[in-house]
Amino acid sequence: MRLAAIDRQLAGTALALVLYGLVVLYSAGQTDVPTSGAGAWHRQFLWVGVGLIAAWGTFQISPRLLEWLTPAIYIFSILLLLIVLAVGTGAGTAASSHTWLAIGGHQIGQPSEIGKVATVLMLARYLSGRREPPRSLRDLLIPLLIVGLPFLLVMKEPDLGSAIVFIGIFFAMLFWAGVRPRLILLLASPGLSLLLAFSNATWGFWIVAFTLVVLAWRPYLWDGLAFWLLNVISGFIAMPLWHRLAPYQQNRLLTFLNPEVDPRAAGYHAIQSRVAIGSGGWFGTGYTQGPQKRLAFLPEQHTDFVFSVVGEELGFVGVAIALALFCALFMILVRVARRATDSFSSLVVFGILGMFFSHVFENVGMTVNIMPITGIPLPFFSYGGSFFIICCVCLGLVSRVAWDSRLAGYADV
Amino acid sequence: MTGFDSYRVGERAQVARWIISCAFLLLLGAFFRTQIIQHEKFQLRAETNRLRPIPLTPPRGAIYDYRGRIIAENVPGYSVKLLAPSADSLRAVLARVSRVVPLDSGDISEVLRRFQTARYQPVVVFGDATFETVSKLEEHRVALPGLVIQAEPKRLYPAGRAVAHLVGYVGEITDADLENERYEGLNPGAIVGKAGLEQAYDDTLRGTEGVRYIEVNARGRLVREEASSASLPPTPGHPIATTVDLDLQRFIDSIWPPGVRGAMMAVTPAGEIRALYSSPSYDPNAFIGGISPQLWRALNSDEARPLLDRAIQARYPPASPFKLAISAMALRRGLVGLDTHMPVPCRGGLRMGNRVFRCWKKEGHGSLDLIGAIAASCDVYFYQLGLKLGLDAIIEDGVLMGFKDRTGVDLSNEINPIYPASTGYFDRLYGARRWSPAATTLNFSIGQGENTQTLINMVRFYAGLAGTGEELSPFLVRPREGTKARPLGLSPDQMEGLRHALIAVVERGTAQASRRMDLQVAGKTGTAQNPHGKDHGWFIGFAPADKPQLVVGGIMEFAEHGTVVAPYVVQALRRYVLGPDSASKTPIKVRVIAPEDSAPRTLELDPDSAAVQAAAESIRAAALPRP
Repeated sequence: MRLAAIDRQLAGTALALVLYGLVVLYSAGQTDVPTSGAGAWHRQFLWVGVGLIAAWGTFQISPRLLEWLTPAIYIFSILLLLIVLAVGTGAGTAASSHTWLAIGGHQIGQPSEIGKVATVLMLARYLSGRREPPRSLRDLLIPLLIVGLPFLLVMKEPDLGSAIVFIGIFFAMLFWAGVRPRLILLLASPGLSLLLAFSNATWGFWIVAFTLVVLAWRPYLWDGLAFWLLNVISGFIAMPLWHRLAPYQQNRLLTFLNPEVDPRAAGYHAIQSRVAIGSGGWFGTGYTQGPQKRLAFLPEQHTDFVFSVVGEELGFVGVAIALALFCALFMILVRVARRATDSFSSLVVFGILGMFFSHVFENVGMTVNIMPITGIPLPFFSYGGSFFIICCVCLGLVSRVAWDSRLAGYADV
Repeated sequence: MTGFDSYRVGERAQVARWIISCAFLLLLGAFFRTQIIQHEKFQLRAETNRLRPIPLTPPRGAIYDYRGRIIAENVPGYSVKLLAPSADSLRAVLARVSRVVPLDSGDISEVLRRFQTARYQPVVVFGDATFETVSKLEEHRVALPGLVIQAEPKRLYPAGRAVAHLVGYVGEITDADLENERYEGLNPGAIVGKAGLEQAYDDTLRGTEGVRYIEVNARGRLVREEASSASLPPTPGHPIATTVDLDLQRFIDSIWPPGVRGAMMAVTPAGEIRALYSSPSYDPNAFIGGISPQLWRALNSDEARPLLDRAIQARYPPASPFKLAISAMALRRGLVGLDTHMPVPCRGGLRMGNRVFRCWKKEGHGSLDLIGAIAASCDVYFYQLGLKLGLDAIIEDGVLMGFKDRTGVDLSNEINPIYPASTGYFDRLYGARRWSPAATTLNFSIGQGENTQTLINMVRFYAGLAGTGEELSPFLVRPREGTKARPLGLSPDQMEGLRHALIAVVERGTAQASRRMDLQVAGKTGTAQNPHGKDHGWFIGFAPADKPQLVVGGIMEFAEHGTVVAPYVVQALRRYVLGPDSASKTPIKVRVIAPEDSAPRTLELDPDSAAVQAAAESIRAAALPRP
């Protein structure tokens, strides 16, 4: 009876993605050259088992209990992030960073993954507890603090990919909480200002345009001034900030603009990924048969660039199916969020959507070079324990929310 | 929380759906662009990523002699190459190779050097590996990653040293040649002709490279030697048929006295080169698969310069054979007849001012007509004939007869003879009025002076004399385009007379030791003054004298006199005209009947060198009247 009320669309789509991911992960390990990903699919089976249990466990937790637990979870995750900064280790391509927590040499997980969920919960709790959506910069100070803390800690690791996810979560949840789009745009403007500061002309144009927009929209006086100042400041700190970036980070951004600048080193990932995908054509080179993958031209083919394997071996059709599944999942999440029984549950679901969406868009986007390359896994496809479990936990949460709303009769609204 | 009513949330959900849809359409569009629109481009990138082309050497065209016998052919050979991702890994593999087959440190550094020039190509380790080497390496293949063994056609010159200068040799194309227009489209490592016929007819012989692909992984390691991708077979080169008589060529090589430097060549009156031999020779087969650096150094540092083709790349004073040219000039100008005597009979020398220019024969020849003077090679007669012609006429006619220009034989690297274009040449060389026209005239009239000729140039002149009266460009395959016949301008009677004079040389003159009854040979000896050592000997002859089939010219350095050379030339003529059975197998007895040639010391080879300047100084000092 209880199980019958589970959201079958959600469960079906999620299961399809998990299976698709396993199938692709198996192929990613089939190479002519020994790679570390050879046995990954084997271990991933274990994680799928653990993930199912975790999802089931989360499904049992009522949103009320979760809301009550949220501050504890948030503080715990912040503590973990602090610990990882102090004693964390690197892994794979980012061996020099501090993203992994290890005990006795065994890497047990990336705290930034927990941090994402904790932030979603904390933000949902704060926003749903307000009487009305934030209307001014002052109202946004606490949400900024909630996201900013883990964001800065993750940036410090450094893990640019995860940091981007925090931004995605933040804006998605503000939007869902009913913050006016103008305020969201104003909030995003310093970031744009930062990006446009690479040349005086574009930045000059930007700051004039922004001034006109602020005058037209007439936000609160202090907000307007603050945003304007923030824009100016970020314009000025852009260059010093750029020089503080590690050379590999600079190169990634530069090669995003033109991968051929340095095809053997910094642009290598971007080029090889596109070569593999492009050689796939309509139907791909055949499952497990992709030469670029087999000969290890594809970098990180079982983790960050697993989607390139889809592109090479299963072609545009395989890509379209995978993207359709993700799209379907997100549409279901929107539906679940819309029909949730309470604003906390709704915001949690939409936050999870923001998190998934950031992961998928960034990861898939970087394989075809429409996003810069950051080390960020693709949900259900990339090999990795902690991230997979977090994804399952999130789906467990969403299922619970969907289940609750169905039991409450909201589902038919 | 306000703003969370069903209507507002529904509104936002709609916006969210739009945003998600747009984002996914954007992603899908990006994939469509990459996978469908740019598919070809990335497909190609993927192939070039993993497929390394290996050039397939085309078999070079064979080279045949005029009867279809093989001068150069191809036999199956093996090349051993290594594909390595880095110099370090190559070094490691080479170290393992050296445990299986001998490979010294010099070889290894050479391989590493070659690797640096084309890092993504398999590097040649053995260009010409024996079957034994290949099977040993094949046995250890597992321990030798990146080993590529390829069956390749390999050049073989069955006659070896006998044909070295004629056929030349082949080798890997140089970096400089890669820039050359002639070798457009060739890749590093291509085999091209480096000398002789191989070089001159490289375009015809070379063929077009094929290509096959091997599959490599991201680290540049060889994965499969035979990639599934189609390979392009090489197009073989075209064979060439030459005018050479391989038997004669081999025969000349077999009779040539060992250790003697010089050259011999045989031409038919029509200009077809039947033999072209230079000594010392080398083995062109040693160049196959890359000559060893030691041998290359040895060949280049050898004082005897074996790589030099002395038939077309060395100049010698033409000496007495040039007297025929002087005779021809005088005859065509009608200054003398065949029976004309000179005013001063030969008493062993000719007085000029206060200096005596001597004849080679101290006791003198007495009064001779032109035929007699040619037969006896009387210097005094030709001094007077030269004076009668005058220096301007000698220079003018010499240029017309082609003594100033190379023959244009269809070989590369033929050098120009040295011959003045006008008397202005001497003005430039010594300064106006600082040289004696009379002494120069005397020098020129006996083939000395500022006149050095290649063997081929002299043979061309004699071929004209023996044949139609026109000098034709000698050729090995076909006459070079743009070469034209040079008429000597002699009447048939005059030609006949000169030929008789040359018969007389062999019958009773300076080369009578070489006379044999069964074949009448005509020819002229010569002794080229050599300030650096013993004189060089010339002999240019043809046979049969009445109806010449072949003209053979020979020069031997430090032979002291042309009579030394004459028997070899005569033997070659007999071998060609009478066939293999009539050729003398007995050792040649040489009787030198002119032990000394006391013609004035003259200019040598290169008129610009310091030694020559000094020699010119002394001649001038001797020739100018003393105050």
